[in-house]
Amino acid sequence: MTGTTTIVGGSLAGLRTAQQLRAKGYDGTLTLIGAERHLPYDRPPLSKQVLLGEWPEQQTYLVTAQQLADLRVDVRLGVAATGLDRERRLVTLADGNRVAYEHLVIATGSRPRAIPKPTSAPHVHTLRTLDDARLVAAKLAPGRRLIIIGAGFIGCEVASSAVARGAIVTLVSREPVLMPQFGPRVSDYLMSLHRGAGVDLVLGVDVESIGQTAGEVASVELTGGRVLHGDLVVVGIGAVPNVEWLAGSQLAGPDGVRVSRHGQTADAAIFALGDVSAWPCAGGSGFRRSEHWSHAVEQAKIVARAIVEGTSFDPGPAVPYAWSDQYGRKFQTVGQVSSALSQVVSANWDTADCQRHCLYLDHRGLVTGGLFIDSARAAGQLRRALQGQAGPVSRDSFALGA
Amino acid sequence: MIRVHVDLGLCQGFANCVMVAPEHIDLDENNKAVAVNDLFPDSDLSDLTEAAESCPAFAIRLERVEQ
Repeated sequence: MTGTTTIVGGSLAGLRTAQQLRAKGYDGTLTLIGAERHLPYDRPPLSKQVLLGEWPEQQTYLVTAQQLADLRVDVRLGVAATGLDRERRLVTLADGNRVAYEHLVIATGSRPRAIPKPTSAPHVHTLRTLDDARLVAAKLAPGRRLIIIGAGFIGCEVASSAVARGAIVTLVSREPVLMPQFGPRVSDYLMSLHRGAGVDLVLGVDVESIGQTAGEVASVELTGGRVLHGDLVVVGIGAVPNVEWLAGSQLAGPDGVRVSRHGQTADAAIFALGDVSAWPCAGGSGFRRSEHWSHAVEQAKIVARAIVEGTSFDPGPAVPYAWSDQYGRKFQTVGQVSSALSQVVSANWDTADCQRHCLYLDHRGLVTGGLFIDSARAAGQLRRALQGQAGPVSRDSFALGA
Repeated sequence: MIRVHVDLGLCQGFANCVMVAPEHIDLDENNKAVAVNDLFPDSDLSDLTEAAESCPAFAIRLERVEQ
């Protein structure tokens, strides 16, 4: 199949779409546009192996320049897309160039949400890019005081990595417990893990402002008047989709670019995937952005196939899957997990065992999802069962053994 | 034929491969991926390729074996 496909976004989602297109025999012109100057690289290791100083940054690269050349991908790095003209099928770039397309793939990802408070300190970081990770990693050292604002996966992983580097860590969250979405048993477990590692959890408070008291020191003022002092601050309070370049295209809203089950936007020539895209929720109610590695990989297969074959195939059910590594433990969530569902924890939950899980049950007692700690085999079993059923499963339809 | 190599130092038990190729790969009691057979027929190449590509740890490598 020939044609011209332009992929905007040079990270996992964009790269995988290019690779999948070639794997499926797409013979047309492929252009990959990336705003960062780096070759496509893998983001999950940034808050883990890169912060820990275990990996040189080259190890995060997903592909070499030679491999991209072999795939006949015209790669333009370090240049952001700034506009889209759907009528003339042109993408405008920051350097003034314009790139034509027959099919366009939007994979511009997301960026950290900025803290909506006065910030005047020089040591306030986010963690999204390789350059961010390099900066923060260089500042982590034994005895350094790190204040983390936001206790999502990123905040918790940064805490874990920073503690391992000898930093003195304070984790601030407006929620009264860690990860309330998983229910009280999981929250309690996570809080004991962080506290056991020496992290000071400051919960149920909001940040008033971030300033600088003396010299190089950052100070974080909290609601109620308490002030935390640190050597650096990392803010991890969620991400927003990179859709500004699509202004006027009528494809993007505040929740990202909405697409069909095939990743197709309201414009049949334009697809979107990865963090920037909002896919239909299971059950058909609403759209949801999902910022997870496996989703981008699965969506790339669907989008590439849709470009090559058209959209008559069944893309199958997408089972949510995410993971997090903290304090040497692997957390995996599969399917729908929510504190609004009933939770059943494994019998060993209160023991010293590392391997454990919490299942989430709907009103019929069927399993909608699970959270697994160092129990990948069981997580995989549940994922397969949910995928096979395309809905909640009975508890005896998958094995929970170690 | 195709042989599946799992780098156990890299494998972190994401189980993505098991999702994609349950007939070919399983996780052992240490949550590490293992191929269920020593060799697979060439007709399984597409499933196995997909399994390797789905691995977030890039721990799976496929080898062509001449019989």
